[in-house]
Amino acid sequence: MLAWTIYITFIGVLVLMLLPRDNARAARIVALLTAVLGCAVAFVGAIQQTNPGEVTTIVKADWIPAIGAKYFLAADGISLVLVVLTGLAAVTGILFSWNIEKRTKEFFAFYLALIGGVYGVFLSFDVLLLFVFYELTIIPKYFLIARWGSTRKEYGAMKLALYSFVGSHLVLIGMIAAWVVAKGQLGHASLNLVELSQVAFPIAFQHWVFPLVFLGFAILAGLWPFHTWAPTGHVAAPTAGSMLLAGVVMKLGAYGCLRVAMLMFPEGVRMWQGEIACLAVGGIVYGAGVALVQKDFKFVIGYSSVSHMGFVLLGLATLNTIGLDGAVLQMFSHGIIAGLLFGVVGRMVYDRTHTRDFNDLEKMNVGKLLPFAGITFVIAGIASMGLPGFSGFVAELQVLMGAWAVFPKLTILSGIGIVVGVAYTLRAVQKGFYSDVPAEAPHHHHEHPLEPISLPEKVGAVMLIGASLVVGLFPGLLMNWIEPCFKSSLFKRLLEGGSL
Amino acid sequence: MNYLQLLQLAAPETIVTVTVLAVLGLDLTVLRGKSIAARFHAGVFLSVLGCASAALLAFTRHQDANLLNGILIANPTVDFIKVALLVLTIFTLLISTSGKFTDHVGEYLSLVLLATIGLMFLVSTEDLLMIFIALELASLSLYILTAFNKHNSKSSEAALKYFLFGGMSAAFLLFGFSLLYGISGSTNLREIATGIAGRGLDPLLLVAIVTTVIGFGFKVAAVPFHLWAPDAYEGAPTPSAAFIAAGSKVASFFILAKIFTLGFAGAQGSAVWHGYLSGWTPTVAVVAALSMVLGNLTAIVQSSVKRLLAYSAIAHAGYMLLGVLSNTPLSASAMMFYVITYALTVIGAFGVVAVVEDATGSDAIANFNGLSRRAPGLSLCLLIFLLSLGGIPPLAGFIGKFFLFSAAVGAENHLGLLWLVILAIAMSAVSFYYYLRVLKAAYVQDAPENAPAIQVPLVTMFTLVLLALLVILLGCAPGLLTQYL
Repeated sequence: MLAWTIYITFIGVLVLMLLPRDNARAARIVALLTAVLGCAVAFVGAIQQTNPGEVTTIVKADWIPAIGAKYFLAADGISLVLVVLTGLAAVTGILFSWNIEKRTKEFFAFYLALIGGVYGVFLSFDVLLLFVFYELTIIPKYFLIARWGSTRKEYGAMKLALYSFVGSHLVLIGMIAAWVVAKGQLGHASLNLVELSQVAFPIAFQHWVFPLVFLGFAILAGLWPFHTWAPTGHVAAPTAGSMLLAGVVMKLGAYGCLRVAMLMFPEGVRMWQGEIACLAVGGIVYGAGVALVQKDFKFVIGYSSVSHMGFVLLGLATLNTIGLDGAVLQMFSHGIIAGLLFGVVGRMVYDRTHTRDFNDLEKMNVGKLLPFAGITFVIAGIASMGLPGFSGFVAELQVLMGAWAVFPKLTILSGIGIVVGVAYTLRAVQKGFYSDVPAEAPHHHHEHPLEPISLPEKVGAVMLIGASLVVGLFPGLLMNWIEPCFKSSLFKRLLEGGSL
Repeated sequence: MNYLQLLQLAAPETIVTVTVLAVLGLDLTVLRGKSIAARFHAGVFLSVLGCASAALLAFTRHQDANLLNGILIANPTVDFIKVALLVLTIFTLLISTSGKFTDHVGEYLSLVLLATIGLMFLVSTEDLLMIFIALELASLSLYILTAFNKHNSKSSEAALKYFLFGGMSAAFLLFGFSLLYGISGSTNLREIATGIAGRGLDPLLLVAIVTTVIGFGFKVAAVPFHLWAPDAYEGAPTPSAAFIAAGSKVASFFILAKIFTLGFAGAQGSAVWHGYLSGWTPTVAVVAALSMVLGNLTAIVQSSVKRLLAYSAIAHAGYMLLGVLSNTPLSASAMMFYVITYALTVIGAFGVVAVVEDATGSDAIANFNGLSRRAPGLSLCLLIFLLSLGGIPPLAGFIGKFFLFSAAVGAENHLGLLWLVILAIAMSAVSFYYYLRVLKAAYVQDAPENAPAIQVPLVTMFTLVLLALLVILLGCAPGLLTQYL
């Protein structure tokens, strides 16, 4: 069932390509239908999964027997959480790009191709297949930003593409080396993740191959100091592009770290755990600090993404159940909240005011002109600060609890990040929406009133706020999927350790 | 031996030879005075028919023969390589159909076919003399094909450069071959191997190895013997360039691997990190590493797409050499998979360049601006070809790289060749940048004001779509090809 999320999305791409060139309306409707259908399949499939703790096979067929590659799609609870996130992000992203008029059909074709690849990564349990879907997302990302973006779009797009490509090549080196070593140990070629996660790779091998693969994926997760693609990429991207980048693409990286690097090389993680945690906290504090001094509204959100993804990586580095639970939940939570923040800033504000500069926005008093945008941003900001009631609170709390047990000093340090997080969010709310700087030309905006917030935007915003609230109030909904995973046999070696 | 047996063994080559004569005759008699387009269509049709029947014959026969002590051999692998060569020739012919670069249609087509015959003989022999003769037949035809655009002085310049370098490389090769004969007393590769076995690496053998590497280094355009390639690719009529990059490369790599693994068996040495031993593998490793680095880095700054493809071809030759020097059966078949899929892709890429060049007058990257609007189908094909060259899954180029690199890593104990693979993968990350530059022009930049839509000739479009589908198919289901290699 879940495999249809991938197929439906790519069928949508094909249908879009066959549409007549200038029918923007039809393109939008096809894209929305595809995304809604994919999202529905993701929800239904996820709910139907009776045992989220175990890896449930969806499809398994021979693909390239010579190297042991299989077409192996499967899902456990972690995949379910992220597939549902992807479904939500896909639908809301389209709602927030309803106003794309320039080459609409191509825009949505690239958009859906990206989504299809993301679904594929989250559902692949064959390393090569996962890698194929992972790389498949690079090209649409590039074109979405370079063609439909704003501020220094070609630079941002190329930077993102090259960072992704370098990262995935690091993974490729590690993957090939691991394949060769595993072949020697298993006696047959295999790329099956479940099988590879039981291979005892030599310690000396894990020592160098783990950082390679982990770094390869973590670049895309915004690991500091390799995060610099993120702010420029997010700022350059069109609204839906930034929503997807922050919402799901950064999760691809974190997911790869957990699913491939950590699962295959548990001893490697233990050797590098401290370094990863340091970099993660570095990201949390640095991202927050830099977000505090930005002039461009979108850069604030871009750097806040780096900061929040730091929590995911910190959670991964804890190597205890509660920290890992928190990391996965934070992936979901950040995906929803960052999507919402970018939606408000990119679509509701920038598309109408044509500026993201705080100096200009301060004079406009956008909160009065667009009350819905203002309120949405305040709610999203509260969620982003990690106030109880929203998903971010539950997630970050668990990460910090997990981290406290292993890295108490670093945990205190990351507290600075949280405090600064409150500061930059309040600053953004104040400067962006509710400033009391008197406007230079008080009647200027009455002559050109801002277009009111449209229905698709409202629906999208409500969906995302709702998702964050529901998970914040009833975290059990997702924890029931996540918790059993880390108790399963698949993660046993990673969590208990000392088996080698 | 009797002549019937010889004829039977060389039946595919014979069919193509008959086709050459038929095409020449037809162009001289019936088609005389007709328009160039009509002559091209009729001639290409006949040539494709001849190549297709030769390919069908080679594909369906199951022969295992060795004539005159390795002068002419036949076995399923060799026959399959011939099929691949013929298919590549067919594609090259099809993208020349709308050519406007010459009015000597019959001569052009027959030279393409003659080069193919040379390449076919090249892959079906294990004898140094025969290798040399076949190589010269192919090379001489290619020199002329490069010079075929008489309206463009660059074409003649390119051909002269190619010819001078090629002639020199032939001299090197012959020198190496004569030393090998002197050492071992035979021109048969297997006997050479027994002749040099146990002698150790004496200076004569070293010189023979080095000159052979130099000779073939020129043929496959590996650094530092690559200087002719960018000029030849740029100046030659585009279909000729495609043929040099595709068919000739497949055959050269096949025979190159054969000479080294078969003829120099026992003198391979080792290119393992910290485990260096002199022999032919470290020599090839140096050439491979240089080609990967220089080819990719120089391609970044090119503004002509044909030159860009030439430098990328140099880089790809570096990857392919990796397959040669790994020196295992697995790496040999991985290399052939890589070369064949590369050849299909590069013909496609040159096909697109040929159309754009015809429509806009040059192959500068700027002339690809807005291609996705001016010719959406063509631009989609270009996307597929370039991404495959860049190694993006699920296209054939990626799977080829995976096969090749994993075979190289697995070739030596303790991941000995990993250093070369890391270099190759790092450089392949660089290559992504320049392929993306071309695609950026096609998909991101706007077309010049009032630029008309580009009309793509029907045959060319059909060929390109077919090639693009093949590239996707071989990427998703590589088993279709690997089962023959």
